[in-house]
Amino acid sequence: MLNLLLQVQVPGVPERRITNIFNAATTPADAERQAAYLTLAVCAAIFVVVGGLIVYTVWRFRRKPGDDTHQEPPQVYGSNQIEAAWTVIPILIVFVLIGVSARVIASVQNASPPAKALKIRVVGHQWWWEIQYPDYHFTTANEIHVPATPDGSQATYLELTSADVNHSFWLPELGGKTDLIANRINYTWIDPKQPGAYVGNCAQYCGTEHAQMLLRVIADKPEDFKTWTKNQQKLAADDPQVAQARDAFGGLACVNCHMIRGTPAVGRFGPDLTHLMSRQTIGAGVLVNDKKGLRDWVNDPQDSKPGCFMPSMKLTDGELDQVVSYLQSLK
Amino acid sequence: MATIDYPLQEPQALTPEFSFSETLYKWVATVDHKRLGLMYVVSALFFFVVAGIMASVIRLQLAAPLNHIVDPDTYNRLFTMHGTTMIFLVGMPMVAGFSNYLVPLMIGTRDMAFPRLNAFGFWIFLLGGFLLYFSYIGGGGLSGAGSAPDMGWFAYAPLTEKAFSRGAAADYWALGVLVSGLGSIASAINVVATTLCMRCPGMTLSRMPMFVWVMLVDSWLIIVALPPLSAAQIMLELDRHLGANFFDTQSGGSAVLWQHMFWIFGHPEVYILIFPAFAILSEVIPIFSRKPLFGRPAMVGAVVAIGFISLGVWAHHMFCVGMTSWSNTFFAASSMLVGVPTGIKIFNWTATMYGGKLKMETPLLFCIGFLLQFLVAGLTGIMLAVAPFDWQLHDSYFVVAHFHFTLVGGLVFGLFAGIYYWFPKVTGKLLDEKLGKWHFWLFCVGFNLTFIPLHWVGMLGMPRRTFTYFPGRGWETWNLIASIGVLFQTAGILVFVWNLLKSSLRGVQAPDDPWDAWTLEWATSSPPAEYNFEKLPVVRSSRPLWDLKHPNDPDWKFE
Amino acid sequence: MAAQDQAIPENALEMEREWKLPDRGTVGIIFLIITESVLFTMFAGAYVIYIGKSLTGPYPKDVLEMPILASICLFSSSATIVFAENALKRHNLALFKLWWAATILLGGYFLFATGVEWHKLIYEDHLTISTNLFGTTFYSLVGLHASHVIVGLVFLLVVFITTMMGFPIATQERRVKFLSWYWHFVDGIWVVVFSVVYILGLKIW
Repeated sequence: MLNLLLQVQVPGVPERRITNIFNAATTPADAERQAAYLTLAVCAAIFVVVGGLIVYTVWRFRRKPGDDTHQEPPQVYGSNQIEAAWTVIPILIVFVLIGVSARVIASVQNASPPAKALKIRVVGHQWWWEIQYPDYHFTTANEIHVPATPDGSQATYLELTSADVNHSFWLPELGGKTDLIANRINYTWIDPKQPGAYVGNCAQYCGTEHAQMLLRVIADKPEDFKTWTKNQQKLAADDPQVAQARDAFGGLACVNCHMIRGTPAVGRFGPDLTHLMSRQTIGAGVLVNDKKGLRDWVNDPQDSKPGCFMPSMKLTDGELDQVVSYLQSLK
Repeated sequence: MATIDYPLQEPQALTPEFSFSETLYKWVATVDHKRLGLMYVVSALFFFVVAGIMASVIRLQLAAPLNHIVDPDTYNRLFTMHGTTMIFLVGMPMVAGFSNYLVPLMIGTRDMAFPRLNAFGFWIFLLGGFLLYFSYIGGGGLSGAGSAPDMGWFAYAPLTEKAFSRGAAADYWALGVLVSGLGSIASAINVVATTLCMRCPGMTLSRMPMFVWVMLVDSWLIIVALPPLSAAQIMLELDRHLGANFFDTQSGGSAVLWQHMFWIFGHPEVYILIFPAFAILSEVIPIFSRKPLFGRPAMVGAVVAIGFISLGVWAHHMFCVGMTSWSNTFFAASSMLVGVPTGIKIFNWTATMYGGKLKMETPLLFCIGFLLQFLVAGLTGIMLAVAPFDWQLHDSYFVVAHFHFTLVGGLVFGLFAGIYYWFPKVTGKLLDEKLGKWHFWLFCVGFNLTFIPLHWVGMLGMPRRTFTYFPGRGWETWNLIASIGVLFQTAGILVFVWNLLKSSLRGVQAPDDPWDAWTLEWATSSPPAEYNFEKLPVVRSSRPLWDLKHPNDPDWKFE
Repeated sequence: MAAQDQAIPENALEMEREWKLPDRGTVGIIFLIITESVLFTMFAGAYVIYIGKSLTGPYPKDVLEMPILASICLFSSSATIVFAENALKRHNLALFKLWWAATILLGGYFLFATGVEWHKLIYEDHLTISTNLFGTTFYSLVGLHASHVIVGLVFLLVVFITTMMGFPIATQERRVKFLSWYWHFVDGIWVVVFSVVYILGLKIW
């Protein structure tokens, strides 16, 4: 039954993966996993001992039918030795855990970026992610491409901030959370060892659509990453086959909020669409980025993401076809 | 040893032969600590049911992925109101209610130190509750449609600022909670003054019942921990209505300042909430084990230690906001240290049962449930205190599971134990034992069914406060099981409410001292007369009624 | 109550006679002051945290002047209220009224001076609570203190007016004492506010 449920695929919903925090794919996530395993082991041992003692006490000293109800048991008031024992032992355990915490905190938080580390700036918005690559001078949204090297030699350093309310950056396989807070810059770093797509959510409640503010990190082989950045740096594709559709798009209100570099669309309120079709999902991970997904989204974003700031433009079927075919040309 | 037979007294009815309006007047105008305590507990139970219904809708929505039973805004309002209600309109009045009713009886006095302040505290708490719920009508502004606040019970700025929360819902939240907080502070000052100044002759601090000790420290925490929240709420209102810039990040304000002030309140608050359960267990376990509380001085020391250490652990709620590694280490260390006195309490309760003769009746069953579940909650608390582990677990369903284990598995179980234990004192009737066992088992199974799986979905990466989720991340089965657990919990609560109604109307008459107990509240009639004691008692040990029942082996010989 | 009678130890009478506990009013007012102090700590803390963080002017050094005279008045009112209390203890009602009136006048002058300061800041320097972080924290901290002065003055006036109307205030010595404690607390808070706003804030900004 479990397998059955796990394999359910809802049409139009992007394929997901299990995001277990113990599937550590980066150095910080691995350090956190080590600390977690130790803590879990200690806590499990305490649970077995103390829980067992409670259950044993209840079982052994429960009043059974036929017991003498008038005779009171011996009145024991306490014992200083026992009190001392169960004060000192927990303190010792706590000190071990403090030591482990301190070491892992320092190793993750105080790591200084190597000179050739990739720098990315992530800006949280109500309910999508703006991703800037300052070294490459382009901006994208919701999907972060980073290089993956088996030895972790190409780490990625992320500067996190917010344009509005608090958000939190969390991809369980890549490491713990770091909040995105306006008027403040936080840092975190990842160094995925295996190429692949990693999934996460905004982890700090940020308003209506907090639940549908998903985040993807796509770890590429270094050469694929290079190709990808080259493509992202280009201006938007200008496919003559969709010239008519492009002109139609330029006449709609879309251009007020969205940026398509190299075209009159210079809005900054919504995600940058210059290379929209290089992304796997749209609507911050709500729909698959294919023709059907795009059409559904443009037709009425409120249908798949009620409350989001993109309104339904009430386009006619013809306009919708043109917008979708133009967007699909933005490779 | 012979137990002493008590002369069975005719229970003095609280309202003998009065018309409805006279009865109403008597309750509204009362300054009697017992009536106020009862009104606190009854209104808390009312809000408990309301917020419980909200929780059921939440679980219904999450039972399956991509459910559309409620829309996102409604869902966000539901969890905000559920959390706010449970904390401020259930937990806090339970503290006030139990301490109001029992402290004067236990220390052998006739009323609280400031009876009128007491009445003021209750009514202003109730006003705060109504103000919060009025948002459903007036939250959108009086001309607009109503809407409850939707920013989570800890209302992180800047989501609560005018730019992101239009309408008046956030104001109802801030003012409602601020006003009910005033009531809590009033009641806490009253408990401290009563405890320090009104004890009957012979009741030194070292002889005070453990319940009173815990409530004294609890009141101390309320007095020092609530003002930070009030200050934050005043600042928020200044921001929203006078254009101040405290949390306005556009003008240089800090969103983190709110988090600091909120958690300087918020972390002591969770101890404020759990303390009544500590207090109740410290009375119920000895009576039902027939042994004195093991290690009384250590228990007092532990509770006082928690009362101070818990003031310095707040930022473990903020390991992800980008504090320095030194701050993170400090707060990780202090948070783990506060686990030590908490552990001491669990050990001592267990040791109290060890070697006793456990009467397996409903109050003790709830205490045992508390011990095991609170042990889990304490251990998951340690996991959350290990900052690197917390970076993964923070704001995930693991945290939801953790604090429901403390507040439901801990506090609510403790409160049920207390209600079954003192119900005969308050009403003069016994609660039905058979229904009580049904209540316990249904609720215990349901609770664990709901909240154990939520640990797993948290570790599988499910963030809290999400109105829905996509299939395929391994969350579906666990969420479904969690939702099924709600059915059992609901059944348990229905049995409990039925038991309360049935037993108070047609229950078995209770003797004055049905549990053969040792503290002073059992020395007076059930229900107690308005003046509590005909003659103020004089005590010589921490178990005055034990001394009385065992004249050959009194406790004071060992002090 | 038979049960209760037996609960009474043999030396009960003696214990009852020797049983001394603190006065409940004293305990109540002490904890009221503790809880209020925490509230002020939060506002003072916010002020300190936001020192130098304003994005636009006016800044403290441009507009703030030390309210020396007003502070002296407020601090001396702490002395006059003690004199009044002592007069009441010695049953010298006329002297009590005199010192009590002096306390009200000194407190009233302080409030008046705050009003004048605020008037200047708002209408001449155009600093309001919404101008910048300095305005936000300044008005809220000083305003919170001023509101406590107002509450204190109302209580002082109630005592004064009822006394003038012939109420036997000597019977309320205990309550007069608590009012005086509250007034000392308001003065003590001014020490903190003054240090934070007019010394720390002016030096650093």
